[in-house]
Amino acid sequence: MEYFIQFSKAFFIFNLVMGFMYILTWLERKQSALMQDRIGANRADILGFRLLGLFHPLADAIKLFTKEDFIPPGGNRLLHTLAPFVAMFFALISFAVIPFGGIYSLGGYSVSLQVLDLNVGLLFVFATMSMGIYGFVLAGWSSNNNYALLGSVRAASQMISYEITMGATIIGVLMIYETLNLQEMVLAQGETLWGWIPKWGIFLQPLGFILFATAAMAETKRVPFDIPEGESEIIGYFVEYSGMKFGMFLATDFIETVLAAALITTLFLGGWQVPFLGSDGFFFSGELWVALSSVTVMFLQVSAFLLKVSVLCVFMMLVRWTLPRFRWDHLMRLGWTIMLPLSILNILITALILLWIR
Amino acid sequence: MAIKQVERDLTFRERIYILEILKALRLTARHLFRNLFVHIAHRFGLLRRLRGGVTYQYPEERRPFSPRLRTLHRLTRRQDGSPRCVACMMCETVCPAHCIYIVGGEHPDPQIEKYPVRFDIDLGLCVFCGYCVEACPEDAIRMDTGKLEFSSYSREGLIHDLQELLSRSTTPPKR
Repeated sequence: MEYFIQFSKAFFIFNLVMGFMYILTWLERKQSALMQDRIGANRADILGFRLLGLFHPLADAIKLFTKEDFIPPGGNRLLHTLAPFVAMFFALISFAVIPFGGIYSLGGYSVSLQVLDLNVGLLFVFATMSMGIYGFVLAGWSSNNNYALLGSVRAASQMISYEITMGATIIGVLMIYETLNLQEMVLAQGETLWGWIPKWGIFLQPLGFILFATAAMAETKRVPFDIPEGESEIIGYFVEYSGMKFGMFLATDFIETVLAAALITTLFLGGWQVPFLGSDGFFFSGELWVALSSVTVMFLQVSAFLLKVSVLCVFMMLVRWTLPRFRWDHLMRLGWTIMLPLSILNILITALILLWIR
Repeated sequence: MAIKQVERDLTFRERIYILEILKALRLTARHLFRNLFVHIAHRFGLLRRLRGGVTYQYPEERRPFSPRLRTLHRLTRRQDGSPRCVACMMCETVCPAHCIYIVGGEHPDPQIEKYPVRFDIDLGLCVFCGYCVEACPEDAIRMDTGKLEFSSYSREGLIHDLQELLSRSTTPPKR
C-alpha cells in the first residue's frame, strides 16, 4: 500500500507536468495570438473537430517523431543523443520535492502529497537545476558547431549568474521559515500575520519575490532572457538537433517554465494553501467557520496549487510576449550589478527586521 | 562620417525598469483579455459586430479586392459564344515575360480575319503586369476573374489553354 501511494503520487505529478507542457505549447500560440489581435493556430482537426487548436501539439509531436534524426558527422554520437535526455530528466526530477497538497489522513494512512519528503528539498531543486546545465552544455559541445558551442556557453554563464541571485534571494525566505523542507515551508505559510494577512512569502519578502521571479524567468531561458537561443543571431545550443530530440529541448523549456511557476508558488504564494482554510474547514474568526471533510479540503488545496501555477504560467507567457530581448552585456549587468546587490540587501534587511522582532 | 551621439536621458522611473515593464504588461494584458472576452462572447452569439482579431481567416474569409486588382486571366466571348480574340499577337508581343503563345487560324467570317487556334498562357512565367489587357484592341483578354489560387503539382499544370481561359467568368469586386 505504501508503494501504491508513492507510485500514484509520482504518476500524478508526472502526468500533471506533462499535461501542463502540452497545454503550454497550445497556450503559447493562442495567448500570443490574442495579445497581438490574431486568432492563432486553429487548423489541426480530428474528424472535423478543431477544438480551439488543441490538437496542434499532437500534430507537432507526430511531426517531430517522424522527422529524420540527424547527428552531425563531426559530432559525438553518444553525448549528442544523451544531452536532451539529461536536460529533460533534471527538469522533471525537480518536481519530486514540490508539494502539490498538504498532509491528509485518508483511509488510515497519513498521506503527504509530495513525492519525495526531503529535508533538503530546496537544495535538491537547486542541485537539479544546476545539473540541468550539463544537458545544454553537452548539446552545444557535442554538435561540432561553433554557434551551438557559443549558445551553450551563453546558457551556462547565464544560468550560473542567475542561480547566484536565486540562491541569495532564497536565504531571506529560509531565515523566515527556518526550514529547507518545502512541505514544512508551505505549512508555515498557512499561519497568519496579525490575524488576517496570510503569512505568504510575497507579503514577507516583496523584494525577494520580484528578484526570485525575475531570476526564475531567466532560468527558463525564454524570451526576455533568451540569449542562449537568440533565434535572430545564433539559434543556440540546439541548432544541430532535429526531430524529437529538438522537441525535447523545447519541452524542457516549457517544463522549466512550469517548474519556475511551481517554485514561485511554493516559496512565495503559499503553495497549496488557501487563505483561512485549515485541515478541517474554513476558519475566519471567532464563531465564523465552515466544516469540510478531509477529501474536500484536499481537493480544494490541490486545485489552489494548480490554479496558482496556471496563473503564473499565463503571467510568464505574458511577459515573454511583451518584452524584447536583452542584449548580452545588459543581461550580465542586470544579473551581477543590480540583482545580486539587491538580493544581498534583501538578506540584510530581513536579518535586521528579524533581529528587531526577536 | 561623424558619429552622432544621441543623448537619451532616462528618468529614475524608467531606470528602475519595473514600472515601465508593468506599463507594457498592462497594455498587452488589455489586448489579451479584451480579445478573450470578445471570443467567448462570439461563442454565445453575442457582440458579433466586434472583431476578436484584425486578421482574415484566409480560405474561408477573404479580403475585399480592389477593383483594379489584376487576377487570373480570362478570354471574353462574342455574343455567339466564339472567342473575341482575333489572334493579332499584340499581347504576345507586348508580354515582357513571353508567357503567351498564340497560333492563329483563318476565320470563316470575312469580317473577322483570324481566330486563335491555340491560346496558351504559362502562369509559371507570367508576372501579372497586365500589359496584355492594355494592349488588346478587341477587349478580348481581361484579368478580372478574382481568382488568385492556381497552384499546381507540375509545370504543365500551370499552362492554361484556350478552353480553360474561355471558361472563366468575371467576379464582381466585393466592396
